[in-house]
Order: sequence, then structure tokens, then C-alpha cells
Amino acid sequence: MSDPKIDGLELKPGFKGMSEDTGSDQTMFKGVHWGKAMMWIFLLSDTFIFSCFLISYMKGRGSTLVDWPNASQVFGLHVFGVEVPLLLIAIMTFVLITSSGTMALAVKYGYEKNRKMCGWLILATAVGGLIFVGMQAFEWSKLISEGVRPWENPFGAPQFGSFFFMITGFHGTHVSIGVIFLFIYAYKTFAGHYDDSKRGWFTSMKGDYVEIEILGLYWHFVDLVWVFIFAFFYLW
Amino acid sequence: MSDEYENKTGYQAQSSETISSGSGGGSRTASDIDYVRPAEVTDQDLYHGHSFITKWVFCQDAKVIGVQYFLLATFTGVVGLILSWLMRLQLGFPGAAGFMTAEHYYQFVTMHGMIMVVYFLTALFLGGFGNYLIPLMVGARDMVFPYLNMVSFWSFFVAVGVLLASFFVPGGPTGAGWTLYPPQTILEGTPGSGWGILLMCISLILFVAGFTMGGLNYLITVLQARTRGMTLMRMPLTVWGIFTATVLAMLAFPALLVGALMMTLDNVLGTSFFMPTIIQAGEILEYSGGSPILFQHLFWFFGHPEVYIVALPAFGIVSDLISVHSRKNIFGYRMMVWAIVGIGGLSFFVWAHHMYVSGMNPWFGFFFATTTLIIAIPTAMKVYNWIITLWRGNIRLNVVMLWCLGFIVTFVNGGITGIFLGNVSIDVPLSDTYFVVAHFHMVMGIAPLMVIMGAVYHWFPLVAGRFLNETLGKWHFWLTFLGAYSIYFPMHYLGFIGVPRRYFEMYDSPYMTSAVGMNEFISMAAFIVGAAQFILIFNIIKTLKTGKSAGSNPWKANSLEWLTPSVPPEHGNWGDKLPVVHRWPYDFNVPGAKEDFITQTTPPSDVVGTEVEKT
Repeated sequence: MSDPKIDGLELKPGFKGMSEDTGSDQTMFKGVHWGKAMMWIFLLSDTFIFSCFLISYMKGRGSTLVDWPNASQVFGLHVFGVEVPLLLIAIMTFVLITSSGTMALAVKYGYEKNRKMCGWLILATAVGGLIFVGMQAFEWSKLISEGVRPWENPFGAPQFGSFFFMITGFHGTHVSIGVIFLFIYAYKTFAGHYDDSKRGWFTSMKGDYVEIEILGLYWHFVDLVWVFIFAFFYLW
Repeated sequence: MSDEYENKTGYQAQSSETISSGSGGGSRTASDIDYVRPAEVTDQDLYHGHSFITKWVFCQDAKVIGVQYFLLATFTGVVGLILSWLMRLQLGFPGAAGFMTAEHYYQFVTMHGMIMVVYFLTALFLGGFGNYLIPLMVGARDMVFPYLNMVSFWSFFVAVGVLLASFFVPGGPTGAGWTLYPPQTILEGTPGSGWGILLMCISLILFVAGFTMGGLNYLITVLQARTRGMTLMRMPLTVWGIFTATVLAMLAFPALLVGALMMTLDNVLGTSFFMPTIIQAGEILEYSGGSPILFQHLFWFFGHPEVYIVALPAFGIVSDLISVHSRKNIFGYRMMVWAIVGIGGLSFFVWAHHMYVSGMNPWFGFFFATTTLIIAIPTAMKVYNWIITLWRGNIRLNVVMLWCLGFIVTFVNGGITGIFLGNVSIDVPLSDTYFVVAHFHMVMGIAPLMVIMGAVYHWFPLVAGRFLNETLGKWHFWLTFLGAYSIYFPMHYLGFIGVPRRYFEMYDSPYMTSAVGMNEFISMAAFIVGAAQFILIFNIIKTLKTGKSAGSNPWKANSLEWLTPSVPPEHGNWGDKLPVVHRWPYDFNVPGAKEDFITQTTPPSDVVGTEVEKT
């Protein structure tokens, strides 16, 4: 990946600046790393995937023969003899959003070349992601033990199980992939690959702290998608 | 554009008004008017292969990947061609192919459709031409993520493998039609309802994953890795076509991915996303409450942009071919660009015109008919611009030009029947007849194929350094052109008399007598056209070693791909110095110029006194 060097270039703000950048040569997004631009476009494509899932969910929910189950009843948790609706999911959401915060801090310390802080914060983010996936596994096993399956559901419409497992599963896969990469990047940060521009294992491209920001974009996106899934499944 | 910017880049200096001939005493020197902004990014860091495997197999060079895509897509295309032969054998001469049962026929229809649309045309245009031409045409050393690009091809390779493997699993490939409509796709009784459809869905998911990797490469290369002086509005229309098609693909393939995934779950886990309550053989199946129309929406939200994913690169490539071979600038370049972008945008709002008879709300039909017919405006603009480009041009009537002319005629033909089918009231009686088959084969089968052929004859001298044989090329063209019309013109008529498509045999219906002669004729033509394609393969093999040597820039074209230091271009494309671009690629026959073409890299100080376009 090539480094942007636009020190001498004056970027104009607002619409005028945008149209000038668009009309100019070489790059459309001035000073934006190739990988970062790629991640934005990939996330746009991924947005369409999740939109298709959620729109299908709305359509599926609208056309079932049996009533949709009551979310606060299905997702309730029995703690100390009290039925608390949405307890687990509140904790899960809190953990995931917090991990977004640590990710943002990791990006900041990365650009400040603070290798240690950056590495620890990436690790913290990864652990947050792991806790999220773990709690999701707990929730899945709880629902499964209660008899919810992708093809059937004792609380009401069978499509509830189908859509729930498919969409949270797809999102959970995104989180898991993110966690794997977070661990790899934490190792690379501690090992100093980004400080020494060490070449990558597969791509043989030089390491740079911008990679942490790129992974951060993905991580924030996964969090944002979760907010929508949360709203559609647990609050509707 | 601000004055300051124009002064900096020398934009003004390039227009003919400000450079008067013989202005030696003027205040501007050659280096002033040739000014191009300095490089914004450092030179790309490339991985150079050392062994046979890293150079030719797991290669990260976009040109090799392009050729790999081209060869594999052509191979699957030949499989699709053979399937179409078998189908035509059955339709023209029922029972002539002894082994063919109705199930086989449905399977061949399905696989022919899916292979040709996705694994042949899409892969060839975007994977093949996109990989080869984008970096060369925008002046980049390679795609921006060469490693990802390599993984993209090998995902496609695995996808093709999984697809072809479905011929050898129990039950054979799926026979539900290329649209894979549930519920029949996964019901007992449809051929390939177990393994076949599973492998088809897996293969499509792999294809989408692989394509996404490639597509990100194409987009970022165009947006962020152009060379100095290459503005978006100086890019060849080929790049515009492939770029816009890739944007479409990045936004449309997600719907296919989601549809394929949900179908797989319905098939394997017994969920009911798309499956309503069904009684089969007196028995209520376990499915209930799903919506088959949901799949149709998902499929066509992918499916219609897919038509333009195939068509837009064809539009772009044919514009360049016509311009080069009629030695004229493309008429209305900006209009052409905006038409491509406009068609791309509109293509996301027309999908339900494939679903007029699906039982959706009739008001939807009204809306989608309107948007569909609006697409006729930008496409007609493009057709007029091609014709005006040809008008009074210095036309070279070579094989490339023949394919371009064939394309224009075929595209107009297919486009006009599209206006018929876009109207709900005409579509309803014509739907599921051979009229539809004729329409889409004309407009998205034969027309883009003509462009591919033209492009092969045009760019073969770049890839191989030798010309293809013109005589064989003319035989190839005329057999294909006349043959294709012999196939599809009668099919329109078959559709009008009501012959339904996807029928294995007409049995005792009235069509058995009225359509039989025509079906025989169509089948004969199909055999000849199919065989004619092997002329091209023979031509390529023959000329690869013995063809007339082309040298550099044999067509006297302007665009960057012909201006590499070595032909065929090497890894890294440009030797040690990237090209600097001063103009658009369409400066042909400029009044006052020494030659009839001015390449994109010719500096303005070399063309002082000529009436070059201000680009």
C-alpha cells in the first residue's frame, strides 16, 4: 500500500472542495489510504447484506400464519427469583458498545505510535468481542434448551427461530472474524510490525498503523449493525 | 473549477484558444503549459513472482489474473454452449438425443442460464477485461490489492468447480430454472432438489465472495490509483462502464447472497423463509408461513442490475472500439458517461418488471413499468451517440468494426422488444413465451457477446503481441451474426403464437404442428452458430505463435494501454516511469495535427496550433 503524501496540497472544505477533488487527477479521496477506502466500500456492500436480511425479516414477520412471540418474554432472564426482561441483551449491547470505545482509543494511540497502549486497547477490544460472542452462545443455548429451533418455536411463529438464528448468527460470525483479526493485530502491534513496517505474512505489504484504523472501521460497523438487530429483534 | 486550480494544472493552457501557433515570444514556456500536478502517492510496492507457481498460477499480476479469468470463463461458457446444443437438439428434433429426459432438459436449461449470465458474461467482462484493462487504462502499476485480486480469481475457480461438481452428485444439478424460484426448487420432484440446489447456492455464495474481493480492487484502483493527469473525465469509457458495473455488482450481489443463504437453510435445516404451506401427494409438508415472492424480490433485486453489470462494460468497450476504428472522437463523451451512471442508478428501481405475473400488487406494476421505460432514454442516447460517432468517420471496416456494428443492430433489436415487455399489459400475454427468450438473448446474450468478440480481436494484439487472422475473423463474424438472427428472429414469432418456454416437448398441443418446422430451423442455426465459435478458439491457437506481429499500438489508439514501454506489457506495466496524461483518449483526426491521433501522453506543447478538445 502506498502512503499518501499530500503535504503541499490544500484541501478546500465543503461541496466546492468535494467537486474539486472529484474533478482532479490521481485520487478521488485526497490523502485517504487505499485500504481505508476499500473498507468503506466493503462496508457499504455489507450494509446491503444486512439490509436484505432485515427487510426479509420484516416481510417474513408480516406473512406468518402464527403470531410472533413476545420478545420481552422470550428474551427474559430469571435472576434471583425475579423475571428481568432483556437483561442479558442489555449487558451484551453494553459490552459491545464499550469495545467500540476501546477500539477508537486504540486507533488514537496507534497514530501516536504508543505501541503498548495501542496493543492493550486492541486486546481489550478483542476481549469485549469475545465476551459478546460468549454471551450470544449462552443466549442461543438457552433458547435451544427451551425448544426454539430454526424450524420450530414453542412461543409462536417458527420464522422467529429461523430469522433469529440466521441473522444473529451472521452478525456473530462478523464479530468472531473481527475478534480473530483483533488478536492478530494485537500481536503485530506488540511485536512492533507497524513501527518497523514489517511485511505482512500473506500480502507481503508493509505494515502501518493505518491498518488498525481500518480494522476499527469494521469493528464500529459491526457494532452499528448490532444496534439495528437489537432494535428489530428485541424492541419490536 | 477555480481559476487558481486551472492555473496550477495548466487546464487553460490546453485549450486551443490560449495557445496560438508560433507563440514563441509568449510568456508561457513548454514546461508551463505541460504542467501536471505532482504525484500524490508514492510508487506502488509490488510483489514480483519468482517461480512458475507465483508467476502463472497463484499470480498477483492483474494482467495474468485477467487472462486466467478469461480462460476459465470461456471454458464454462463452452460448457453452457454445449448445454444449449443439447436443448436445441431436443426442441428441434424431439427424441433425437436418446438419453435426454424431461428432467435432463430442465437441468440443462437451468445450468445454461446460470453459467452464461453469472459464470461466463459477468466473470469475463469484470474479471477478464476489468483486470486486464483497468490498471493499464488508468495508468496504474497493478490493481491496488494484488493479493486480494489473486484470492478473487481462486474463489471464482472454486465456485466454478462446485458448480460443475453438481453434474456428478446424486440427482444431478438443479433443474428449477436459472431464477431458482422456490418453492419448487427444493421440493421433491424437481430435479436436483437436494444436492443440486445446495451446490448451486454454495457456488453462488463463493462467486459473490470472490467477486467482492475483485470488485473492491476495481473500484479503488479507479478511484484512488489513477496516474498523474488522469481525471475521471479523461478515462476511457471502457473504464467507466466496468467501474459503474462494479458498483452495481457490489450493491446487487448482496441480495443474491442473502437469497442463496436463506434458500440453503430452507433446503438443509427445514426453515420456512420462502416456503408456504404445501400439500404434496396428499400430504402436508412441514413448511408453513414463508413467502415465495420474497425470494423473487431478492433474486430480481440482484437479477436486474445483473443485466446492466453485463451491459455497461459492453457499452463502454464498444464506445472505445467504435471511436478507434472510425478515427473520430466519441460523440458526447460526457453524455455517454452520465448515461452509463444514469442507467446504473435506474437499474436498481426496475427489478419487479420481472414479476408482473407473480401476483404482486398491480400498482407496483405501474411504478416499475414507468421506471423501466425511462431507461430507454439513456440507452437511446448511447445508441444515437454511437451512430453519430460513426457518421462521416474514417471507418476501418475490419473485424472489430463488424462486431461493433453487429452489436448496435442487435442491441437496438433487443431493446425494442424490451419496450414491449416493459409494459404490463403487453408483458402479461407474452410472459413465459419464446418472445421473452428471444428478447433477453438478443439484448443481454448476443449483444454483449458481440462486444466481447470485438474486444478480443481488438486487444489480442496487446495481450499476445500478434494479430488474429482477419479472414477467419470475418467467417466467425458472419456465421455468428446471420446465425444468431436466424435463431432469435423466429423465436419472436414463436412467442407471438404463444409457444411457452421451458417446455421439454410440445406433445399434442397445436404448437406441435405449427412450430415444428421453425424449431428445426432454429436448431440447425444454433448448431452452426455454436460451431462457429470454435473458429475463434482455433484462430487464437493458430495465431498465438504464427500470427502477424503487431508491434506497439497497432490500431493507432490513444489510450494508455497501448503506450506501455514493452508489448505485451510486463509486470508493473510502465517500466521505471509512470505515464503522465494530458488529455482524453479520443483525440482522433484533430485539425492541424500531424497524425490522425494524439495519444493521451502527448504533452500540450507538442500539439500547439491544433484544435484539440479541451479535456
